[in-house]
Amino acid sequence: MEVQEEMSKDLSTHSAAVKRRMSQRLKKRQAAEKRFQFYGLAAIFIGMMFLVILFTTIIGKGWPAFLQTSVLVNVNLDPEIIDPTGERNVDKMMQANYTKIARQGLYAELGGKPKNRRDRKLMHNLLSRGVDVQIRDAVIADPSLIGKTVPIWLYAHGNVDALLKGAIDRNTDNSSRLVKDKQIAWMDKLVAEDKMVKRFNWGLFTHPASSQPETAGLGVALIGTFFMVIIVLLLAIPIGVAAAVYLEEFAPKNRITDVIEVNINNLAAVPSIVFGLLGLAVFINFMGLPRSGSIVGGLVLALMTLPTIIIATRAALRAVSPSIREGAYGVGASKMQTIFHHVLPLAFPGIMTGTIIGIVQAVGETAPLLMIGMVAFVQDFPTTPMEPATALPVQIYMWATSAERGFVERTAGATMVLLAGLFILNAAAVYLRRKYERKW
Amino acid sequence: MVATHVVESKAPMLEQTNDLAEAETTNVEPAEKSTKITSEDVCVYYGEKQALFGIDLEIPENSVTSLIGPSGCGKSTYLRCINRMNDVIDICRVTGTIKIDGKDIYDPSLDVVELRARIGMVFQKPNPFPKSIYDNIAYGPRIHGLTSNKAELDELVENSLIKAGLWNEVKDRLSGPGTGLSGGQQQRLCIARAIATKPEVILMDEPCSALDPIATATIEELIDELRSNYTIVIVTHSMQQAARVSQRTAFFHLGKIIEEGETTQIFTNPQNEKTQDYITGRFG
Repeated sequence: MEVQEEMSKDLSTHSAAVKRRMSQRLKKRQAAEKRFQFYGLAAIFIGMMFLVILFTTIIGKGWPAFLQTSVLVNVNLDPEIIDPTGERNVDKMMQANYTKIARQGLYAELGGKPKNRRDRKLMHNLLSRGVDVQIRDAVIADPSLIGKTVPIWLYAHGNVDALLKGAIDRNTDNSSRLVKDKQIAWMDKLVAEDKMVKRFNWGLFTHPASSQPETAGLGVALIGTFFMVIIVLLLAIPIGVAAAVYLEEFAPKNRITDVIEVNINNLAAVPSIVFGLLGLAVFINFMGLPRSGSIVGGLVLALMTLPTIIIATRAALRAVSPSIREGAYGVGASKMQTIFHHVLPLAFPGIMTGTIIGIVQAVGETAPLLMIGMVAFVQDFPTTPMEPATALPVQIYMWATSAERGFVERTAGATMVLLAGLFILNAAAVYLRRKYERKW
Repeated sequence: MVATHVVESKAPMLEQTNDLAEAETTNVEPAEKSTKITSEDVCVYYGEKQALFGIDLEIPENSVTSLIGPSGCGKSTYLRCINRMNDVIDICRVTGTIKIDGKDIYDPSLDVVELRARIGMVFQKPNPFPKSIYDNIAYGPRIHGLTSNKAELDELVENSLIKAGLWNEVKDRLSGPGTGLSGGQQQRLCIARAIATKPEVILMDEPCSALDPIATATIEELIDELRSNYTIVIVTHSMQQAARVSQRTAFFHLGKIIEEGETTQIFTNPQNEKTQDYITGRFG
């Protein structure tokens, strides 16, 4: 009591100098606090700015990829060309000269076949080289069309597309321009008649690889990525969660488990290309799994995701309040029952978050896939994970190295598709976490 | 209704700073009871550190025994030996014998899960499972297979809640979350959960330390009612609480039992000077 009184007396009788010093201190402290808050705000602002710049660049460059210039051509599906014998043999019909049909249709639209060979070539180059496939697919899908004249939207050539989208400047000199004056005149005519239109580019999602941008798509890459995600889910989640539960709940704490723990943490930081090398050595060379197959990609990515899932799961398990475990033990639950009935359900949101972060990482990974030969020009859609496939980020990488104008926008467009996919996965993570988060 | 009545009757008592006199009159034990739990030379080690030094204690059946003592004196450690909760801690080692009804609970042939079903436990902080009120109670009976059908389970849940004095408050929201109850209600839910596995012994580790005085009074009233059917061991920091609810008291200090005896005797006529100092508030 006496001490307290002395202290209060002391406080009330501070000398003027002490009071001044104290108020200065206080001001300094408040200024430091303000400064710190400002640094934080500035950091967030700079981060947001970079994000906005990134997104505007990607979207600005990428959105034209979702539109594809097409030409409405009335094609005469001449039985003489397609099926001269009339036996409707699919194999023979596949080999017919559909390019000729397309060109004849185009001549009709543009007022006759040019006499000059050079002009003919220019006119042919208005259409994509992939139009024969478009007509062929339409005929094979419905052979009753043979002999009729039907309107079909045919892809325009990549350069035509680029000119309409403004990527090629029509004011440059004719000699140095990829699209010549004559072609521009035809294009203007078609555009005026609403026969040359930019339409939504479904092909971007469905077409396989192609050397022409207008017929190149992400079809194979999407299937490959899908297979790999499924393989990662099936392998990495059960193995990762089981390993984490064992290490966290059952394993004795000794030197061996310490070493294991350190190694798992280190594995999470191993460069992903190393996992690719491992996949090449073990899965392809040793186990003889098919090169470029999405099974190998899935296995490699699963290995890469495991440490992330194990670490996240262990953290989630550790975060479950010990009082819940005690409560369960207290009513006579065994260790297994305690973990499966109480701890895991409570850790579930954390496990989900970690898992989805791991999968998002895996989906965006390119380097290990380069090592196992998934950088490939794949034109056949894979139906099983054993067949050659590519993946989204690898496809982006390959398009980014292509020279044609159209691939620039497609690279950005594919990046948008990848980002959208990752965004959806992240949103799913947030949703699941919210849904299963329970307070205790 | 039961609960509110209890609150009214108990509240005035709480205002007394020292109700030892009352404890004297209400807690007189008429006759000697048979021993339920016998401890002989129980020592507990946490790694190198010894926490309990040769505890010898006999806990009589169908009565409340309180363990008091300053923080870190080993009373909770001892309590957790009785249902082998210390097994969960890797570095913990227990020597000596604890017998319940003459059977050694540290016998390797004894199943610890079965033991914990027979010995309910209530913790310091109310820890209902993040499930519905019904599932909180039904969990123990379910995992032990105590009931054979839904009707029996319903009845068991109802009985447990009635015994814990919670039925009237929650009967209309059994499917609501157990964590949505107030602190005192949650603790009574935990008691109901402990009762549901039909234990013989209930261990309580400072069950009221996180509760307000009114909820505390309700729980104390409940403990007094439960004593006719269960052997209760309670760890408490409140000397008034020990005096109010228990028939026997053991005073722990630095891992040893300093004094043990009838509650009235410990609080009115302690034999040991340390006990005297502790209960009069001179240390601890």
